Amino acid sequence: MPLLEARPTPSPQMRLLAPLIAIGLTLAVGSLLFLSLGKSPVEAFGVFFIQPLSSGNGWSELMVKAGPLILIAQGLAVGFRARIYNIGAEGQLIMGALAGGGVAIAFDGVDAWWVLPLMVLAGALGGAVWGAIPALLRTRFNAQETLTTLMLAYVATFTLSYMVNGPWRDPEGMNFPQSILFGDPALFAPWFEGMRVNASLLIAAFASAAFWFFTSRSFLAYQLTVGGLAPAAARYAGFSADRTVWLSLVLSGLTAGLAGVGEVAGPVGQLNLNISPGYGFAAIIVAYLGRLNAIGIVLAGLLMALLYLGGEAAQVALQLPAAITGLFQGMLLFFLLGADVFVDYRLKPRPKPAYA
Amino acid sequence: MLEHLIPVLAGTLAAATPLIFAGLGELVAERSGVINLGVEGMMLIGAVAGFAAAAHSDGGALAGLPAGAFAGALAALIFAILSLSMAANQAACGLALTIFGIGLSAFIGQHYVSYSLPGLQPLALPGLSDIPVLGPVLFHQDTVTYLGLLSFAGVWWVLRKTRLGLILKAVGEAPDAAHAIGYPVIAIRYAATLFGGAMAGIGGAYLSTVYTPLWVQNMVAGRGWIAIALVVFAAWNPTRLLLGAWLFGGVTILQFHAQGLGIALPVQLLAALPYLATVVVLVLISRDKRLLQLNLPASLGKPWMP
Repeated sequence: MPLLEARPTPSPQMRLLAPLIAIGLTLAVGSLLFLSLGKSPVEAFGVFFIQPLSSGNGWSELMVKAGPLILIAQGLAVGFRARIYNIGAEGQLIMGALAGGGVAIAFDGVDAWWVLPLMVLAGALGGAVWGAIPALLRTRFNAQETLTTLMLAYVATFTLSYMVNGPWRDPEGMNFPQSILFGDPALFAPWFEGMRVNASLLIAAFASAAFWFFTSRSFLAYQLTVGGLAPAAARYAGFSADRTVWLSLVLSGLTAGLAGVGEVAGPVGQLNLNISPGYGFAAIIVAYLGRLNAIGIVLAGLLMALLYLGGEAAQVALQLPAAITGLFQGMLLFFLLGADVFVDYRLKPRPKPAYA
Repeated sequence: MLEHLIPVLAGTLAAATPLIFAGLGELVAERSGVINLGVEGMMLIGAVAGFAAAAHSDGGALAGLPAGAFAGALAALIFAILSLSMAANQAACGLALTIFGIGLSAFIGQHYVSYSLPGLQPLALPGLSDIPVLGPVLFHQDTVTYLGLLSFAGVWWVLRKTRLGLILKAVGEAPDAAHAIGYPVIAIRYAATLFGGAMAGIGGAYLSTVYTPLWVQNMVAGRGWIAIALVVFAAWNPTRLLLGAWLFGGVTILQFHAQGLGIALPVQLLAALPYLATVVVLVLISRDKRLLQLNLPASLGKPWMP
């Protein structure tokens, strides 16, 4: 017998509550996990969520990690609203990093103000082009973007590996797979001495404001949402399905590309194989956790960044494996999807006994 | 040329084995109307569980496969509860399963990073393996590769020749009608999903205990996604799936034999070939909307509740 029944209308309270429930359940299961590993949950969560924020540098690192997560998730959310599943943002990030990094390498030694803006432009373009390919394949040949975006992410990874092992390898890098270290004109200057937070954060902040404005104020965003929720209605109203696909994929590719160039011109400072700790994938969770809403995504991005920092802190302080961050990410998304069911459904009341 | 070709063809069969297992499992699940994008995650969970079982027992690789199957099915159960009992979005749940599987397998697998397993010696089928060319290619393989071909035969037979195959098809094409004449739609979908998980788990365990008998983080490397693409390429037909898996096995193995075959391309670009090939193959098959629509299980991906 089914235990659930559809609500007459989706519950708006549940929509906002679901992420909190998911976070609560993740913490609960996380506690059990820490106990089973012989660690005190109180101590472990202290290391995970409090310790990283107990210093100025910790807050700087939080922003360094939240920036790309938020930036990518804002772009992805546009597509997700329209049910266009770009799951290869990691690849678009890498192509953005490659394009931006290529500019830095080409103009190495040129001390001019335009180097960095040109890198940012190239990065945006690189990501957008890598997002445009699946859009073309979907609109022209009907190929599912879920699979093509992900396959192209693998292709991007191997392209990066080829470039830093071959043409762009640092000749004085002792054969390590990495490019030259970029000079100051090709780097975002840190805001504070000894900390890594820099002006690339403004790109994420600007994107968040722009997407908030875009989703809450523009007719185009409305068309996108209708196209996702009711394709037939959208067709009837004359909204183009192809345009939705193009816009979703190019826009999310562009933001991922910007995030990529932000990494190589920021905390990483060169091209190497570790330019992203899976930001492109984690941003999928950020987008859902933030309810595909620009402000929600900012909050979710901060939480996810804290999870990354906490994982690093736990590795040092508690000798826990870094992989625990990935485990928490997975649990969080599962619990969120489970809690989300109760937006549209509710538990069926038990049938009352027939006697009176 | 021939002395190069024989190892390439033999290697192709082995490289196709994980794709055959995972692809057949996903094909059965999709025939019942369930699209599970968590194949990559289930393969990883199967790979790490199989590796652990093989490392801790005397059974070696052959202890790894059942463990992988069990773990894969368990992972599929999470997906099934969310997407079948609770009618959550199947695409999102599958994606969550993949992200979860990447995290969980890396977490468990870090104990095994420096381990290596003995692997599995190829089993030469007496008599048959002495046939020139065909013998070393087809009949000098490891047991699991033979098992993969047997699974193909089994799935083909069930889908094509049995009542069970028809019921599966009914549930995938028209769940309301199947429900109306008394078939337990949800239970059948559960069974198909768990079968898919077990098969993905076997595919993963084959990778970690036989194919490259050591644990490497994220070692499935997209094969789960390629398996999903293969099901589309196969238009939900097991024979085409087998051919597709061999094709991809061949593309995968090419990078190891490129030098011998006189192909001068950088290693990294050769390694990217299977993924590029997947995109090309998807494009070729998806262009033909009629072919897809004709074979696509009509209720694929649509939540159903009685």
